[in-house]
Amino acid sequence: MGRNVYRRAVAVYSAAILAVLHAPLVVLIAYSFNDSRINAAWSGFTWKWYVSLFGNERVLEALGNSLYIAAMSTVIAALLGVPAAVWLHRRRQRALWSGLFYLPQLMPDIFMGLALLILFSRLEIPLGKWTVIAAHVTFCIPVVVLFVLARLSGIGRELEEAAYDLGATPRQTFFRVTLPLLLPAIVSAMLLSFTMSLDDFVITFFVAGPESTTLPLYIYGLVKRGVSPEVNALSALMVAVTILLLAVAELVRRRGETPARAVQPKRKET
Amino acid sequence: MLRRGGILAFFPLAWMIVFFVVPTVLVVLLSFRKRGTLGEILPEYTLEHYRRLADPLYMGVLLDSLIMAVVVTLLCLVLGYPLAYHISRQSRRWQRVWLFLVILPFMINFLIRSYAWVILLRAQGVVNTALMKLGLISQPLPLLYNDGAVLLGMVYGLLPFMVLPVYISLERLDRRKLEAAYDLGATPLRAFWHVTLPLTMPGVLTGATLVFVSSAGMFVVPEVMGGAQSALIGNVIQNQFLSARNWPFGSAMSVILTLVSLAMIALMYRAFRTAGGKEQA
Repeated sequence: MGRNVYRRAVAVYSAAILAVLHAPLVVLIAYSFNDSRINAAWSGFTWKWYVSLFGNERVLEALGNSLYIAAMSTVIAALLGVPAAVWLHRRRQRALWSGLFYLPQLMPDIFMGLALLILFSRLEIPLGKWTVIAAHVTFCIPVVVLFVLARLSGIGRELEEAAYDLGATPRQTFFRVTLPLLLPAIVSAMLLSFTMSLDDFVITFFVAGPESTTLPLYIYGLVKRGVSPEVNALSALMVAVTILLLAVAELVRRRGETPARAVQPKRKET
Repeated sequence: MLRRGGILAFFPLAWMIVFFVVPTVLVVLLSFRKRGTLGEILPEYTLEHYRRLADPLYMGVLLDSLIMAVVVTLLCLVLGYPLAYHISRQSRRWQRVWLFLVILPFMINFLIRSYAWVILLRAQGVVNTALMKLGLISQPLPLLYNDGAVLLGMVYGLLPFMVLPVYISLERLDRRKLEAAYDLGATPLRAFWHVTLPLTMPGVLTGATLVFVSSAGMFVVPEVMGGAQSALIGNVIQNQFLSARNWPFGSAMSVILTLVSLAMIALMYRAFRTAGGKEQA
C-alpha cells in the first residue's frame, strides 16, 4: 500500500520534470510561427519569419559554413578514428594510448577552445573554416573511437579468425568481414559527430574567424541583441535538424544490433 | 603485425598529439610567460599571473563558480534521482521512450536552450504576461538576469548528465536485496535509504562528476540568462582572451579551472572504487 503511494508520486513527478524539459523548446518553436514581433502575444499563424530567414544572405552563409564544417569534420574524424579504434583493440596494453582519446572529453570545453586558439596563433595560422574543422575533428575522433571500440568488443574475433582459416589475407578480412560489421557503429558515430559539430558553440567561438561564422555563432550574435522571431525560427530549424539526425542515428544503431545478435548463437555451435 | 598496426595508428595518434597534447602544453607554458607594458608576451617566465589569481576579486569569482557548481550538482541529484528511478521501473520499451525524451533536449545547443528560457522569463515574456493577464501581479517579476536564472539554466541544461548514469546503476541493482529488506520489515523510505541509495552510489558519483565539470567552466548560461553580477570563471577567462587581451592571465585561470575539474574527477573515481569495493564485500 505504502509502496504504491510512493510509486505514483514518483510517476507524477517524473512526468512533470519531462514536461519542464520540453516546455521551453515547445514554446520557442510555437512562437516562431507567431505573426506578432512581440513574443508573448499570439496574433496568428505565419511562415514569414522562415521566409525572411531564407532571404537573409548572412543566415544562408552561416548555414553553408555549418554544413560544410560538420561534413568535413565528420568524414576526417571517421577516417582517423576507425583505424585508431582497430589499432587500440588489437593492443594488449592500451591504457596509455586510449587516454589520448578519452582525456579530451574530460577537459572543460573552454579550455579546449582557448588551447587551440593559442596553437593556431603560435603557428600563425589565420582563423577560418579549416581551424574550426581541425577543432571539431579533435572532439569528434573520441566519439568514433568510443563507438567502434564498443562494437569491436561486441563482435568478437571468431569471424575474423574464420576468414583467415578460409585463406583470406588481412586486407580482405578487414574490408570484407570487419568493416561491414563495424559499419552501423561507424555510421551512428558519424551522425552523432555531425550533430555535435553542427551544435558546438564554445570551442567554435574561440577558433572561428570572420569568414567562418557558423549558425550557433550567428545565433549568439542575435541573442545578445535580444529576442526576435527570426532567432526563434532559426533555433526551431536547428532543433528540427538535431532531432532528425538523432532519430536516424538511433534507427541505424538498432538495425546494426540485429546482425551481431544473429552471429552469437552460431558462435556456440562451433 | 605490430609494425603494420603502427602505420594504421600513426595519423590518428599524431592528430591527437598535435591538436590536444601540444595545445595543452602551450596553455601551461603561456600561463608562466611575462607580459610587457604594451601587452606583448616577453620571453621570460614568471609566477605573477598565478599570484594575481590570489587577488580577492578573482578568488571571489573562482569561489562563486565552485559554489555554483556544487549547488547545481546537488540540485541535479535531488531532482534527477527520482526521474532515473521512475525510468528504471518501466518496461524495456517504455524505458527507451523515456530515455529518448530525456536525451532529446539535451542534444540541443546550450545557447538555444538558454534563449528558450529568455522567451519564457523576461519582463515581457510568456510567464510574466500570463501572470499579469490573470491579475496575479501588476508589475512583471524579475525572473531573468540574476543568479537564480543562471542556476535554473544550468540545472535545466545538465540534468540529463545526472539522470543517465543513475538510471544505469539502478538498472543493474540487484532487486533481491531490496526484497530482502522488505521481508525484514523495512518501510519503503528505510529500504531506499539503506539499500537502494548505497548500491547506486557509483552512478550518482559519475553523474555528479559530469555535472560538476560541465558547470564549472560554463560561460554561455551566465552570459545569456545572468545579470551584471553573475559572471563566473568561464566568463572571466573568455573576457581575458577576447576583450582584455591578457592571454597569459587567462591561461593561468583556465589551468586552475582544469586542475580543479580533474581533481574532482579523480576524487569521484576514488570514491567510486571504494563504493564498488563495498558492494562486492
